[in-house]
Amino acid sequence: MPALRPPRERSRQDAAAERESKHVTARPRVRHRVVIIGVQVALLVGALGIWQALASTHTIDVFFYGDPAGTWRQLLDWIHGGTTEGPLWQQIWVTLQEALLGFVIGVVLGVVCGIVLGRVKLLSEILAVYIGAFNSIPRIVLGSIFIIWFGLGMQSKIALAVLLIFFNVFFNAFQGAREVDGGLIANAKLLGASRLDVILQVVVPSAFSWIIASLRVAFGLAITGSVVGEMLGAQQGLGTLISQAQGNFNPNGVYAGLVVTTIVALAAEGLITVVERRLLRWRPPRHALEAET
Amino acid sequence: MGSSTGFEAANPDRLRTPPPLLALHGVSKRFRGPDGRAHTALDAVDLTVAPGRFCVLIGPTGCGKSTILSMIAGLARPSEGSILIDGRPVLGGDPRTGFMFQNDAVFPWKTVLSNVMAGPRFRGVPKREAAELARDWLRRVGLSGFETYFPYQLSGGMRKRVALAQTLINNPQILLMDEPFSGLDAQTRQIMSEELLGLWEQLGASVLMVTHDLEEAIALADTVVVLTAGPATVKKEFTVDLPRPRRVREVRFQPRFVELHEQIWSCLSEEVSLAYARATTSP
Repeated sequence: MPALRPPRERSRQDAAAERESKHVTARPRVRHRVVIIGVQVALLVGALGIWQALASTHTIDVFFYGDPAGTWRQLLDWIHGGTTEGPLWQQIWVTLQEALLGFVIGVVLGVVCGIVLGRVKLLSEILAVYIGAFNSIPRIVLGSIFIIWFGLGMQSKIALAVLLIFFNVFFNAFQGAREVDGGLIANAKLLGASRLDVILQVVVPSAFSWIIASLRVAFGLAITGSVVGEMLGAQQGLGTLISQAQGNFNPNGVYAGLVVTTIVALAAEGLITVVERRLLRWRPPRHALEAET
Repeated sequence: MGSSTGFEAANPDRLRTPPPLLALHGVSKRFRGPDGRAHTALDAVDLTVAPGRFCVLIGPTGCGKSTILSMIAGLARPSEGSILIDGRPVLGGDPRTGFMFQNDAVFPWKTVLSNVMAGPRFRGVPKREAAELARDWLRRVGLSGFETYFPYQLSGGMRKRVALAQTLINNPQILLMDEPFSGLDAQTRQIMSEELLGLWEQLGASVLMVTHDLEEAIALADTVVVLTAGPATVKKEFTVDLPRPRRVREVRFQPRFVELHEQIWSCLSEEVSLAYARATTSP
């Protein structure tokens, strides 16, 4: 791992130098970023280094706790030799598919239910009790029942992901739909909007800043749902790899599974950020807001 | 309190004016307060606005001026009495009215152009046609070149212009304005008033505006209607006979303006001090 450090830092500095030559005024900010990223990398390398040192000197037992080098070897082994369940990419793809399908279904259901209940007061008054009760069930446990219902295939994982996401998105959409500025709704009505227009062009966009905040968490939960679902019982996927490593007393395998899962989740979060920027273009940029207040 | 007969007597030429575009007959509004007791906001308001006239309602704060506007727009129902536009009762969200809100209700997630297009689009005008119409209106309110901006990128005055274009593009017969320029600084306010007059003179729509700024009221209006401190009812109606076209910035130095200001203020000030006394003594 430490071998990775110098070229990576150099390339960052090169990039920074390039930017500096283009925007001379931006120099202090660029330097600031370089320092921040440098410290961040140093923290990671330091933590892994200490761990590796403890393992190499047999201060901690590698058999139970694993070590970074072993995890790295395990990752390389999966990448080059494939896993016991087939190629690593296939495992990632299975988990990703489950998470994505669960995400889409969960978000759509959550948004629709949230907005309907947020706008129809009577319905929310009737259902509030049940929603509260349902929300307080430790939902991850329902994964077991889904495996009985839907079997070892992808459906049971998707169902678990949907269940985990739904309430998160639902409560945000509900709150967002309730907090819509009454003046905007009145204005839309007076301009000639139908009920559907009001929902689609006022309530949804207005609730969207609430909903989007829940999407980041939601994707994390979708991955959690699919991985945990796979750990409970499956033939394919990252969760299967993790639970097999667990069964074989292979801590490095568990870590390697975690690393891959984390990378997938981070990539997805980056994608959501891009979508968010595009969809919330109409909001003042955050730093401008901070400067004003 | 000023009954309908009282103010009709004050305007003997009323019978000769064309039939009113907007007529309120004995309109009352009661709300149920938090303590469960009925609270009368409006008490038997009679009011008429002739086609193409600029009418301003003025009264102490909290007297129920805004309630009158939202009932005319169909956003609220009167507890008693009737509201007729062109002889027909108002419907919820009446298409014959345009409403400009106190805090500009432009849609923050729509660009300036889409905001102005919203009305025609809601009413089924094809996109291209609506965009053309909207561009024309943006030109009229002096916002050409800002089509792709979002409201947060505009100043307060510019947002008011967007709101104005958004309302006027629907070609309302009656433009209802609820303290439309509040929240703007004094200079911008004057500029906006002047531009409003310019647009109104071209359009020929009736305007019913609520304000608590007497100078603004006289500078803009054909008639200034003074309301009593709550429960609001019409106290007196004044005809502003200043010549048009008016220059908002200059009209206030005319002797007739000063005279009207004095007359209306003496009528209004009693109500203002009454409302103030109530607000400061009530628990």
